[in-house]
Amino acid sequence: MNVMLPAAEATETVGTPWLNMLIFGAFVVVTMVVVLRASKYTSTAADYFAGGRSFSGQQNGLAIAGDYLSAASFLGIVGAIALQGYDGFLYSIGFLVAWLVALLLIAEPLRNTGKFTMADVLSFRLRQRPVRIAAATSTLCVTFFYLLAQMAGAGALVSLLMGIHSGWGQSLVIVVVGSLMIAYVLIGGMKGTTWVQIIKACLLMTGVGIMTIWALALFGFNFSAMLGEAVDVANNAAILEPGLRYGEDSITKLDFLSLGMALVFGAAGLPHVLMRFYTVPTAKEARVSVVWAIALIGLFYLFTLVLGFAAAALIGEERILSAPGGVNSAAPLLAFELGGSVLLGVIAAVAFATILAVVAGLAITASASFAHDIYSNVIKKGKSSGKEELRVAKITVVVIGIVSILGGIGAQGQNVAFLVALAFAVAASANLPTILYSLYWRGFTTRGAVWSMYGGLIISVGLIIFSPVMSGAETAMIAGVDFAWFPLTNPGLVSIPASFLLGFIGSKTDPYKEDLKKQAEMEVRSMTGVGAEAPVQH
Amino acid sequence: MSEHPSPAEPTAEDFVAAQRSPEFESLRSTHRKFVVPMTVFFLVWFALYVLLSIYATDFMSIQVIGNVNLGIILGLLQFVTTFGITGLYVAFANKSLDPQARDLRATLEAGDFAGRNGAARPGSTLAEEA
Repeated sequence: MNVMLPAAEATETVGTPWLNMLIFGAFVVVTMVVVLRASKYTSTAADYFAGGRSFSGQQNGLAIAGDYLSAASFLGIVGAIALQGYDGFLYSIGFLVAWLVALLLIAEPLRNTGKFTMADVLSFRLRQRPVRIAAATSTLCVTFFYLLAQMAGAGALVSLLMGIHSGWGQSLVIVVVGSLMIAYVLIGGMKGTTWVQIIKACLLMTGVGIMTIWALALFGFNFSAMLGEAVDVANNAAILEPGLRYGEDSITKLDFLSLGMALVFGAAGLPHVLMRFYTVPTAKEARVSVVWAIALIGLFYLFTLVLGFAAAALIGEERILSAPGGVNSAAPLLAFELGGSVLLGVIAAVAFATILAVVAGLAITASASFAHDIYSNVIKKGKSSGKEELRVAKITVVVIGIVSILGGIGAQGQNVAFLVALAFAVAASANLPTILYSLYWRGFTTRGAVWSMYGGLIISVGLIIFSPVMSGAETAMIAGVDFAWFPLTNPGLVSIPASFLLGFIGSKTDPYKEDLKKQAEMEVRSMTGVGAEAPVQH
Repeated sequence: MSEHPSPAEPTAEDFVAAQRSPEFESLRSTHRKFVVPMTVFFLVWFALYVLLSIYATDFMSIQVIGNVNLGIILGLLQFVTTFGITGLYVAFANKSLDPQARDLRATLEAGDFAGRNGAARPGSTLAEEA
């Protein structure tokens, strides 16, 4: 981090930028040491992609929380609650409830039937080539949108926390974040990435926990009093009631329904989340990791509920909106209000750590998907060595790093939450139906899988392109033109049922009959863990 | 998937026989009987909460304790049910699923399912699934 950054407009900056950078630099040094240590034990493909399957359920649960709670969760939700009150809270509930899908239906059978990627499970009993290509395509799409969001978020965060307002300075920070990500993933593989995520999760939970208790203490631990103050400051009792954001008309109401659907079905279809289940030795440990993840993520969203209303009460809408970073600045401003520049520095560093840990997890997922699914199994038809696969994965990480740096610079100023919601909608439409069908429906076929995945992908992305998000609205990405005909900003309400339907119709009309022996093997393996676990001692 | 040394990888015939065995059917129905109603329950309950928030704003705005209204309480109840279902599932899986799965695994590894149908067990091991 010994890079000279352009001078900042100090007047608009909150806190002391050098302190923020110092704390963040300390985080980078500590995690680098951990990653270097982890790299000593990374040699095989299973080490690189799945951390040698050596993590405990508790460690993996922390890492999942570290992977899942992105900057959009932290800054975005606190900001949304501070400004839109109750409607912001609805987001966090969707993000949490979604984990029950993973716990009850997906984590354990996935661990028992796959090796490194989502495509391992989907192509288990179907035809390898078409299914792997489709699964890898949607994996790369989802991770790319998610990566763009995080990179753009990094740039936005900088303007507030480091006092860098120039476009060049922000671009430089995106380059630094991207380079660090490449270094972490290249050196440490999944093991190193997992440790970065574990450290980040601990920092995030501690930081947010301290802020929550501090904020509550100011109101004598009376949540109701805090809500009352928020209403007084906002001069609007509606902040505690549903409808401030989504209650406007029947379209915005449907939009919220659509978003809720995408959130609940999206989380368990996110490839970087799914891949985490391969880092534990058994299905039982996969279960334990989801339990830890649910506990941590639930606690985190309870904290953000308090922080959001605390920001509304202590800082108020006007100051939040006028700060650089706008709605995303609610959490950092609250940290400064509570604990001055030291607490702000800690929270700033935590927010950066958050972005870094998430992008590293995304990069390793995308590289595993390309190397393992496309290169090894499609191009080389399963005949490449683990060594070759590793080499391709490492080259892919560098390519992904460069692409996401360029994309992140291009996406500066774009709406971060939109890009994340897009990733969720695409994951829910393209991935989840196929995962559920292939695990639980005997009659599912290759055509069903291909139709469902490409159909879900094309419909969800297509509807977004023709939605008010892209054109025709004040906040649209492309100004001045209007080619929007789909009224909702989130496509989930249409694309998720469509994808389920396509999978069903495709399977029913498929003339090719799948191998029932393979189906038997997959079902028995998924429920018993045979072959995936150490043999039972006789 | 054979990262653990296993003396006898089950064959395709073993898996087909295992899938048809009463033990496996019992494991599957135990699993489904818990998971399906729970999934339906949490999806309906979440949908109900979202629909109430969207279409019954007056109801959700009823103040219950101080400034805390029904909407916030129902939202917090979503957290409670999520934690609750998680706890119930873990207790259920440890007690009812794991022992059955373990027994099935042991039988499979011993190659006992194929033998049950009178078929000779081929000595070959199944190629690693990629």
